[in-house]
Amino acid sequence: MSEATSNGPVLTQDGVPLKTSLAKALRREKLRAFLLIAPLLVFILITFVLPIGDMLWRSVENGIVRDTIPHTIESLADWDPASGETPGEATFAALHVDLLEATKEKTHTRLGSRLNYEISGASSMFRKTGRRVKKMKDENFKEQFIKVDKKWGDIEYWRTIKQFGPRYTGGYFLNALDAESTAGGVSFKPEDERIYLFLFQRTIFLSVSIMLSCLLLGYPIAFLLANLPVKTSNILMILVLLPFWTSLLVRTSAWKVLLQQQGVINDILVWVGLVNDAGRLVMINNQTGTIIAMTHILLPFMILPLFSVMKTISPTYVRAAKSMGANDWTAFWRVYFPQTIPGIGAGSILAFILSIGFYITPELVGGTSGIFISNRIAYHISSSLNWGLAAALGVMLLVMVIALFYVYDKIVGIDNVKLG
Amino acid sequence: MKMKNLLLATVGVAFASSAAIADDMTIVSWGGAYSASQNNAYHKPYMAKNPGVKIINDESSAEAVAKLRAMNEAGNVTWDVVDVVAADAMRLCDEGLAEVINPDTELAKAPDGTSAADDFGELLVSECFIPQIVYSTTFGYRTDKVSTPPTDICAVFDLQKYPGKRALEKRAINNVEWALLCDGVPKDQVYDVLSTPAGVDQALAKLGTIKDQVVWWSSGSETPQLLADGEVVMGSTYNGRLFALIEEQKQPVAMLWDAQVFDLDGWIIPKGLSPERLARAKDYIMFATDTQRLADQAKYISYGPARKSSAPLVGKHAELGIEMAPHMPTDPENAKNTFLYNYEWWADNRDDLDGKFQAWLAK
Repeated sequence: MSEATSNGPVLTQDGVPLKTSLAKALRREKLRAFLLIAPLLVFILITFVLPIGDMLWRSVENGIVRDTIPHTIESLADWDPASGETPGEATFAALHVDLLEATKEKTHTRLGSRLNYEISGASSMFRKTGRRVKKMKDENFKEQFIKVDKKWGDIEYWRTIKQFGPRYTGGYFLNALDAESTAGGVSFKPEDERIYLFLFQRTIFLSVSIMLSCLLLGYPIAFLLANLPVKTSNILMILVLLPFWTSLLVRTSAWKVLLQQQGVINDILVWVGLVNDAGRLVMINNQTGTIIAMTHILLPFMILPLFSVMKTISPTYVRAAKSMGANDWTAFWRVYFPQTIPGIGAGSILAFILSIGFYITPELVGGTSGIFISNRIAYHISSSLNWGLAAALGVMLLVMVIALFYVYDKIVGIDNVKLG
Repeated sequence: MKMKNLLLATVGVAFASSAAIADDMTIVSWGGAYSASQNNAYHKPYMAKNPGVKIINDESSAEAVAKLRAMNEAGNVTWDVVDVVAADAMRLCDEGLAEVINPDTELAKAPDGTSAADDFGELLVSECFIPQIVYSTTFGYRTDKVSTPPTDICAVFDLQKYPGKRALEKRAINNVEWALLCDGVPKDQVYDVLSTPAGVDQALAKLGTIKDQVVWWSSGSETPQLLADGEVVMGSTYNGRLFALIEEQKQPVAMLWDAQVFDLDGWIIPKGLSPERLARAKDYIMFATDTQRLADQAKYISYGPARKSSAPLVGKHAELGIEMAPHMPTDPENAKNTFLYNYEWWADNRDDLDGKFQAWLAK
């Protein structure tokens, strides 16, 4: 035993202190582990974190107004809409400068479409003015603008331009909450224009209904699967999985054929005599259609976690309970059922979260009373092109799911969720 | 030496494949019978004339506006020519996503020398838009389920005389106009009335009288299916769809042309193409929208050609052998009472009115 080892740091065979050597090895291990997960990390970053970040950004971003008509926004800084008068000549002159620039790049019509989401008529106002702005004389701009389109003399349009001047806006979120900011402050929109809060409410209601009907139908099936001999249960399992291998659209269209008023089910009911020909049941293009079709689609997501949890429950518990005098129901309810709760939790969360964002099935079988908030989001993405509002609605949906998840964690506990 | 050859070969292959890609031209349209008619009337003759060019069909017109905007933001426009309805073309033009076309220099003259601008006339509703066809949104009804054939648009609102479900499009456009027409508003005042909140309420109230008897559609193929299944007694859709249902599938359905709403469908060229692709797209447009080509398309589908000079050239259906002229929405017999759709008004009021309409639907 040398002096060095008893007094100095412990050395490895090649003379490096053991601590350094160990740290180096550990670092190498860590690096290797990191390299192994790196592809997944990059993938998640690109396909998940960035798009969601972009969506969050779009829901507040509003640079278009300031970028297109910077001078006008500047000169509006000391104009007060409450004064009851339209801005002065200087503002109109600034607008002239801005629009001359904007028409070169054709950005004025984009601004028109943007402002049209807030106030009807802005679209044609900018399009029309853009066509004439080059021919304007260098004097009396206010008069000339109002001559091109009398909306320039309307204080409401100027109030909207000023309100959406800043680079960031809460306007999309206000819209998504059925509210608007008027001269008198923030208030709810008139009754006949409110839709989003109502749709959010309905989305939750329908998702919960679908989740519960999945649970009601799925629990006995999972129980059966878990308690049959393996040979039989495997065959039954294929029946559960079979719908998974069929296209979603095909399954949804099949429900259309079955449920419509001249469809298979109604035909059979009329033939049997349960309903008369004039009183055929309306089972599609409403909430019933959505709940039936989506329960069918989401059922496997409920059955599979339930099945894998039930599989692990030893039959000896129930036997023990019965041997101590419990009847069938007590043995099930007091002994068996509590052990399946982790499976119920997992299945319910899966079914609920999948259904809350469902789009295509409600669109096809939901009619008007069975559609979800996602159908409205899709509308704003692909038809109205109001991506800011779509993003705000998406953010709210995301927040809602996270909040429900949090509540679930508080009540049931997320550790209690088991997929198998 | 060997390495050098390999490198050269690789470069050669890469060059050849990029050249092949450069000759692919992606044309976006609606799919189905409509794309087929374009394929026969435009694409095939164009490829025969330009052997190097290969046209790839994409059926994304329904989402064209959103997709073009996304492509433009990403800086990678993969479409060369896109078929859209006039309202979408106006929006693309407003958003700066479509090229401006000069009808005098970039479109073919009529055979008699009339300029393209005069030949298309007022159908050139946007400076980015080259119209192809006039189509109409109109009604079809089951001939076996009505006692007297309806001849008036207001039959749609008459539940007493024509009981049963109706199919209407799940949006405000066209429906509110029809509702006001049937609520006693003169045709030339419809948009004035709709511009007031009371007018919108009036239209929705009229639609409210049949609301629980309506199946709302969002894709043009739904109404023909609903009519064929007997789910609805009458329904609105595009006239070409009804033509196929009546003449090709021989269903007991007839047209109710009254108060049909004309609309236009045509081409736009996306902004952001390379100079070569832009030149080729313009060459294609020049070819595909000339007088003969537009008349040819009417052999395959019952939509009226957008040029005045094409109308006399419309002949028989290529497969069915029936005269196409009487099936055109523009035929005088069918166009006795038409409703002119106001693009400008809808561009201004679409967002607002649609919000109200959807809120009304959801309640």
